[in-house]
Amino acid sequence: MIAVVDYGVGNLFSLARSLEYVGANCAVTRDPEALRRADRIILPGVGAFGDAARRLRDLGLDALLQDQAALGKPLLGICLGMQLLLDVSYEYGEHPGLGLIPGAVKPLAPALAPGAKVPHMGWNALRILDGDPLLAGVRQGDSVYYVHSYYATGCEASLVAVSEHGGVEVPGVVRRGNVCGMQFHPEKSGAVGLGMLAAFAKEEGAGC
Amino acid sequence: MLNRRIIPCLDVRNGRVVKGVNFEGLRDVDDPVALAKYYNDSGADELVFYDITASAEGRPLFADALRAVASQVFIPLTVGGSINTLDDFDRVLKCGADKVSVNSGAIRDPGLVARAARRYGDQCVVLSVDVRRVDGAYRVFARGGRDDTGLDALEWIRRGADNGAGEVVVNSIDTDGVRGGFDLPLLEAVGRAVSIPIIASGGAGKAEDFLDLFQLPCVDAGLAASIFHSREVDIRGLKRYLRQNGVSMRIVEE
Repeated sequence: MIAVVDYGVGNLFSLARSLEYVGANCAVTRDPEALRRADRIILPGVGAFGDAARRLRDLGLDALLQDQAALGKPLLGICLGMQLLLDVSYEYGEHPGLGLIPGAVKPLAPALAPGAKVPHMGWNALRILDGDPLLAGVRQGDSVYYVHSYYATGCEASLVAVSEHGGVEVPGVVRRGNVCGMQFHPEKSGAVGLGMLAAFAKEEGAGC
Repeated sequence: MLNRRIIPCLDVRNGRVVKGVNFEGLRDVDDPVALAKYYNDSGADELVFYDITASAEGRPLFADALRAVASQVFIPLTVGGSINTLDDFDRVLKCGADKVSVNSGAIRDPGLVARAARRYGDQCVVLSVDVRRVDGAYRVFARGGRDDTGLDALEWIRRGADNGAGEVVVNSIDTDGVRGGFDLPLLEAVGRAVSIPIIASGGAGKAEDFLDLFQLPCVDAGLAASIFHSREVDIRGLKRYLRQNGVSMRIVEE
C-alpha cells in the first residue's frame, strides 16, 4: 500500500486517481500508524514551503517521515513535496526542510535569463543524467509537466534528471538511496508520468 | 526549454460536450471522457472545459463529468464558465480541475482574482479576457463578447497579473470564427504588458496559423475548438508539423 501524506496542502484528487489508474493500492492519510504500516510513502504538496513545513511539524509528521526514510522505506516527494526533502528553503525567509537530500530551495527568477517566465509552467523535456528505476520507461527528451517558482540547488550529488529553463538546469528528479524527489507532477504528465508512478508502486525497499 | 502548448477547448452543457468530435462512423461523440481520452492520446498538452450550462440543475452533471475525466486523463485540466465566487473555484477544484479560468466573474467582482490566487496559488488562476478593438483601442467585452465594459484590455490584463493570475487567455473577438489566423498584433501588445504565460485564442483555421502564432516569443500556447473537433486540424499532425518547423513541441507517440 502507498500512503499519500495528507497534511492539508493542495489537491490530492489527481494523485490518488492516477495511482488507482496504474493499479496501485493507495490511501490518502495523515494517520501516523497508517504511514508506518505503508509499504511506500508519497509526500505531495503545492503552495508555500514555510506553511507546508509548519503543517508537517504541527502534525508530527516531519520526524515520522525522517524515521521511515531512515528505515529504508521508499519515499517519493512530488513538487513542493520534493523541495521539502531538502535541507532548507529560502522561500519568504529561511525554513528548514526534512534534510533527507542535501540541497537548498531558492527562487528561480534571479537565476533566469531575461524573458524566461516564472512560474516555470508547462511541459519541459527531461535530460536523464543517471539511470533510475522510476525512469525505466522514460526516454531522453520525454516531456513532463512543471509548475513551480522555486527550485532545488546544491543537490548535484543526487541529480537523476534535469530540464532546462531560461538557462538554468532545473533539477527534475533527485534521489538519495530510498528517497526520491520529482519537481514536476507525474500525475499530470500523461503516460510518461503514469509510468513513473507505476514504477514507484513496484519499488522495493524495507517493509515492502 | 519549455514546449509550446496546444490546447483543445470543449464546451459542456448538462455534462455532455456540445459539438463533439466526428469519429470514424460515429458522428458527434459528446461523451467528455471519450473526447478527453481522444485528445490526450493525440498529444493535447492540456484540456479546457467550459461549462455553458445555463441552469443550476445542470451544475452537478458538469461536476460528475469533470470527476470522470479527471479520473482517467492525466494531463492538466482547466475549467471555465460560471466561475463567479471562491465557492465556484472550490467546487471544480474538488472534482479534479488543476486550473480555473475566470472571465465575466472577474469583471463583476474585481477582487476575485486576488482572493483566488491567495487561497489556491497563482498557478491555479487563469484570467480569460474577450477583447475587441473599439476606436483603435483594445477593449474588454463581457458576457461572451456581447457587452463592452469600457475597460482597456491591456490595463485589465496587467491588473489581473498583478493580482496573481498565473496565466492569461487572450480571446480576440475580432479574429474569432474568421479562421484567418490569430490576432498577432493584440498578442504582441499583451506580451509587452505582462510576463505571465499567454494563451492565444480565436482565429485558428489551419496548421500554418499556429506556426505564425509561435513566431511570437511571448505566446506560450494556442487554444482552439471547432477546427480540432471537426478534425480539419489533427493535433498529432499539427504538432509534428510545428516541430519540423522549429517550434518546440511535446510529441506523444502512437
